[in-house]
Amino acid sequence: MAEPATGVQPQSIPGLLARNAALWGDRPAYREKEFGIWQSWTWAETAAEVRAIALGLMTLGIERGDHVAIIGRNRPALYWSMIAAQMCGAVPVPLYQDAVAEEMVYVLDHCGARFVIAGDQEQVDKVLEVQNRLPGIHHIVYLDKRGMRKYDHSRMNALADVAAEGSAGHARVEAELDRRSAELTYDHTCVMLYTSGTTGKPKGVVLSNRNIIETSKNTAGFDHLSQTDDVLAYLPMAWVGDFIFSVGQAYWSGFTVNCPENAATMMTDLREIGPSYFFAPPRVFEGQLTSVMIRMEDAGRLKKRMFDHYMAIARRVGPAILDGKPVSGLDRLRYWLGDVLVYGPLKNTLGYSRIRVGYTAGEAIGPEIFDFYRALGINLKQLYGQTEASVFITQQPDGEVRSDTVGVPSPGVEIRIAESGEVFYRSAGTFVAYFKNPDSTASTKDAEGWVATGDAGFIEEGSGHLRIIDRAKDVGRMADGALFAPKYVENKLKFYPNILEAVVFGAGRGMCTAFINIDLTAVGNWAERNNIAYASYQELAGHPKVYDMIQGHVEEVNRSVAADPMLSGCQIHRFLILHKELDADDGELTRTRKVRRNIIAEKFADLIDALYGGKDEIYTETEVTYEDGRKGAIKATLTIRDAAVVAQERRMAAE
Amino acid sequence: MNAMNTDGYTTADGRRIGPVLMEMKNITLRFGGVRAITDISFDIREGEIRAIIGPNGAGKSSMLNVISGFYVPQEGEVWFRGERRGPMRPYQVARLGIARTFQNIALFDGMSVLDNIMTGRLTRMKAGLLSQAIWWGVAEKEETANREKVEKIIDFLEIQNIRKTPVGRLPYGLKKRVELARALAAEPMLLLLDEPMAGMNVEEKEDMCRFILDVNDEFGTTIALIEHDMGVVMDLSDRVVVMDYGKKIGDGTPDEVRANPDVINAYLGVAHD
Repeated sequence: MAEPATGVQPQSIPGLLARNAALWGDRPAYREKEFGIWQSWTWAETAAEVRAIALGLMTLGIERGDHVAIIGRNRPALYWSMIAAQMCGAVPVPLYQDAVAEEMVYVLDHCGARFVIAGDQEQVDKVLEVQNRLPGIHHIVYLDKRGMRKYDHSRMNALADVAAEGSAGHARVEAELDRRSAELTYDHTCVMLYTSGTTGKPKGVVLSNRNIIETSKNTAGFDHLSQTDDVLAYLPMAWVGDFIFSVGQAYWSGFTVNCPENAATMMTDLREIGPSYFFAPPRVFEGQLTSVMIRMEDAGRLKKRMFDHYMAIARRVGPAILDGKPVSGLDRLRYWLGDVLVYGPLKNTLGYSRIRVGYTAGEAIGPEIFDFYRALGINLKQLYGQTEASVFITQQPDGEVRSDTVGVPSPGVEIRIAESGEVFYRSAGTFVAYFKNPDSTASTKDAEGWVATGDAGFIEEGSGHLRIIDRAKDVGRMADGALFAPKYVENKLKFYPNILEAVVFGAGRGMCTAFINIDLTAVGNWAERNNIAYASYQELAGHPKVYDMIQGHVEEVNRSVAADPMLSGCQIHRFLILHKELDADDGELTRTRKVRRNIIAEKFADLIDALYGGKDEIYTETEVTYEDGRKGAIKATLTIRDAAVVAQERRMAAE
Repeated sequence: MNAMNTDGYTTADGRRIGPVLMEMKNITLRFGGVRAITDISFDIREGEIRAIIGPNGAGKSSMLNVISGFYVPQEGEVWFRGERRGPMRPYQVARLGIARTFQNIALFDGMSVLDNIMTGRLTRMKAGLLSQAIWWGVAEKEETANREKVEKIIDFLEIQNIRKTPVGRLPYGLKKRVELARALAAEPMLLLLDEPMAGMNVEEKEDMCRFILDVNDEFGTTIALIEHDMGVVMDLSDRVVVMDYGKKIGDGTPDEVRANPDVINAYLGVAHD
């Protein structure tokens, strides 16, 4: 890590930008693929662009403390807008771009946004749709001019024009802008991010410059990030992780942020850029592994055999080589040969040739998936964090990586396990407050700065690694008093490529039951290979053979769950396959794709009754929301199956 | 209809429509003894979205082929940009600034999306065969400049992710979009769309509608389209010509056409009492 050469450490992101422009003026800060070519901006150019936008916002009358909502996909200009807002003393509030207008109202109203900077016409339309309920919005700025010509521009403008206006009128506002950006300290708000909220309304998490910069400083040191690293910015800008990776750490370490052309080209762009520092939620790794496996199924016999042979070697010795453990010379030679023939080309296809540090978090990752990537020599690690902690609570150091822990406390983070098993932490990254919500702030963060994570876990003896069991509030008891940890079972189910989501019920009941969501890619491919015809997701999901397959998976999970005497009560007795994919648009998942248990239980109450009522079939109608916000209904008759469970003798014997 | 004069008119959503770009005067087209089109006259104005609708077999596609110069009518005159147009070869039509898409997609299946769209720019390339073959000087510069134009269109129609995909592997809705891209690559003055939404699902139709409106708005391209889907046409077009059995039975704004009793009869049938 290159420590700042200039005397005092900057106290804000705009301060870091100025430092980077001075230190690494000619190095690339941003790249974006547009018109088929990677366009790039150096730190010096970035500083100039940000300044122009900031001057433009000043001419529009931005005030200290104003909230500036940013809505759109990851694009350099939107990142610049956030920094520009900070320069003006305002607070950027990035929003999830796939949120429907109704969801946006709450956030825009709650933060009292005066400015909205939107990526394109689609986002502007959503804001306009609800603008009559949001009198506070003073001006809308958009990035992509396409289709915007006919709009009423009295309170709307293109970002390029705003910046041009700012540059032209710089004499008027420059002094004030410089005054405002000079007065920024560690205690000023850096950004406000809304939590996705598995329950209730989203909460605005206020993060200060101290939170972001201290966290970035500590963690960049942990992984030796430097100005030569490359990161791909493709996760939602509203998510705290993107803010830390693409802004906090990027500005601290001075590495390059690469923005894909659009969401659909992400995989191609990933391959072209070959990031050296990479983050992805487990589902991205799962999806890639599934697609590799599907393609290998279709490959020629020679290729298939070569792949199987060398993957077996990789699984055996790959992780050990990565962790620097002793491995025999012969195995090293075999692994080297495998690298030339299989792993190297495969990593290149996936875009992981240059990866030095990769992280996954958000959900538990299947051990097979995790080991697959590590076997290839990709340094994939796990971290555990949340918005309120500026991401990092724990992370795995190089050489101590396992799929069942989330690592040791990140530098500068203290961890405490409460009596109840709930994990608490305290760090420089701990959030300032929930915006306009002192009650929630007080109940989450105590006077000494300890924050409840809401997760139950324990510190493993010996290694000192943290292990997470489940959400603290989801851990319950069954009717007979046995421990009920739904997430634990759901994760085991989700490790099967055929199962996309699972929701397990059983708190206060006599037995556990589950809803299963099949993965259309994996099951569709399986159906094709087995000559099973289907016309729709619903038809495939209800196919008896699919049920047979899923039943096999459920029973395997039951056997594995039964092996743990503490959790053997969580075996699934009955299950059904849902007729629709759980979707954030229908409120069943959060925008970060976490299951919203209560909402699902409410919405599908009839199905749960059927699971516990002993029926074999249930007719149901479900309301769905289409992408454009219209609603429709899906009707289906679902089959319910019984799954074999392992008799709980050991527990009986213990009692 | 707003007051119509030689200079044009202003649409309900505030777009300026210019003077007449193309005029069809008393067109009659026969195939042997069959009269496909009987004595039809109408005009297309600059910047307009002009639709031709009608039930099956009404002569819509024949009409579009007359506009594109593919069919030469036995009677009547076709005027384009103030000049009477005689029989023409297809490349002459393209040079005039008229581009089209086809009802049953006519792309090169084995070529990538990018290459397909590049073919749309052929009329604009001037480098000779030799220069192109050795890829030097003019040819290289020309291709770079044209590629840039094509990339802007790819960006515009949001098909970046299939840039390098062979067209044969694409689903139907995307092929239609690639066809539109190729037509746009020629930077036409007049764009003819033959049933752009045929066989699409609701979402694809909505996308296509937005692209058509955006093309008109962004590039100021005049668009003449044939369409089956009444809903789409009424939302999209500024003026509509309605045909039935080769005759024109209505012409005007969507509202006027919708209220026209002949049109209602043609589409819904007449009540016999």
